[in-house]
Amino acid sequence: MGAGVDNRPCGGKYEDTVEAIGHTPLVELKSLSPKPGVRVYAKLESANPTGSVKDRVARAMIDDAEASGAIGPGQTILEPTSGNTGISLAMICRRKGYPLKVVMPENVTEERTSLLHMYGAEIVYSPAEQGSNGAVAKAIEMAEADTAYYMPYQYGNEANPRAHYEGTAVEILEELDDVAAFVGGLGTGGTLMGNARRLKEADPNTLIVAAEPLQGELVQGLRSLDDGFIPPIIDLALLDRKIFVSNRDAVIWTKKLIDGEGIFAGVSSGAVAAISHRVAAELDSGNVVTVFPDGGWKYLSSGVYTKTLEELEADGTLETASFW
Amino acid sequence: MPTAKIPPVLRSSTGGEKEVAVEGATVGEALRSLASQHADTERQLFGDGGELNRYVNVYLNDEDVRVLDGLDTPVAESDTLVILPAMAGG
Repeated sequence: MGAGVDNRPCGGKYEDTVEAIGHTPLVELKSLSPKPGVRVYAKLESANPTGSVKDRVARAMIDDAEASGAIGPGQTILEPTSGNTGISLAMICRRKGYPLKVVMPENVTEERTSLLHMYGAEIVYSPAEQGSNGAVAKAIEMAEADTAYYMPYQYGNEANPRAHYEGTAVEILEELDDVAAFVGGLGTGGTLMGNARRLKEADPNTLIVAAEPLQGELVQGLRSLDDGFIPPIIDLALLDRKIFVSNRDAVIWTKKLIDGEGIFAGVSSGAVAAISHRVAAELDSGNVVTVFPDGGWKYLSSGVYTKTLEELEADGTLETASFW
Repeated sequence: MPTAKIPPVLRSSTGGEKEVAVEGATVGEALRSLASQHADTERQLFGDGGELNRYVNVYLNDEDVRVLDGLDTPVAESDTLVILPAMAGG
């Protein structure tokens, strides 16, 4: 394996961990390229200080709140999250001296709870069967009941997509002259919206494809469809395609990333890898770029890396786990 | 005949059925076919103006019809329509 690509000496020199967020490596995934003229690249966001893409978003939201005067010393921050945003906020809030309370579904892996406790965050659990929608609803209820909280609210905060518009997408364009397609996982919509805007400015023909989780039936515990939730920052007009990925397919591709690329990624990375491969197969030439949101560490206890698919189906992990 | 997959949240409106055979050449016609078979689904699927309820995602096989041609998206006999509540991540 030769040096081949332009190997930078390091990701930069910084005076603080928070400043070291971003500047993640862009790695070619040769096993995902179905034909010679099409190349697939992934930004490995596990290289961020707390190990996920959400470091970018959390920093942008806190910087924005400080700049606007919305928060000051000692301000308690409240945020709904499925885990990663909470962990990123917990690190940054600890560095900056803001107490943090996160609302998170109770079925998340124990690693997420441990990391939040490690950084000193307080956790309020929401019902597992309501998924992230339940965490959002509970956090909004808490913020309305107590105005002492400041809620960055990643689902409606423009600093979220802006972190990608001014960060992730700029880094991609620094490395690649053309991006035929961008594939992003759909959670809050921040990754997709921010990258889509910048990449479409550079080339309006860049195809923007959303990969979204097909939640297991046991975590679709909504009372009615009116309990559905669409993050306000999402503008569907920016998407060219929106494709769902089952937990089963996401896990299959997460395992393929280990076998084919040596990449130990989280399950949502497997989902975007699946869609990147599909999009790449439909192109004749060009670069397909995706973002791997995190590494696999926080999902080890779920067994997805050590058990077979049959075992994961039999023990209900694929139906009940929350990976996004 | 296309098939509509019913999410758990709608099954009380379909007598517990998880899949319903529907008729129609477009997504809109297929969903109307579902509503004509199970009247309680209509208010959940459609808004007052006949548009798709904001919090309902409908997928033609696995692609969201809102980023295809919406209710006008063509449906083939062998297609599956998957109805899901909009869920967040993050």
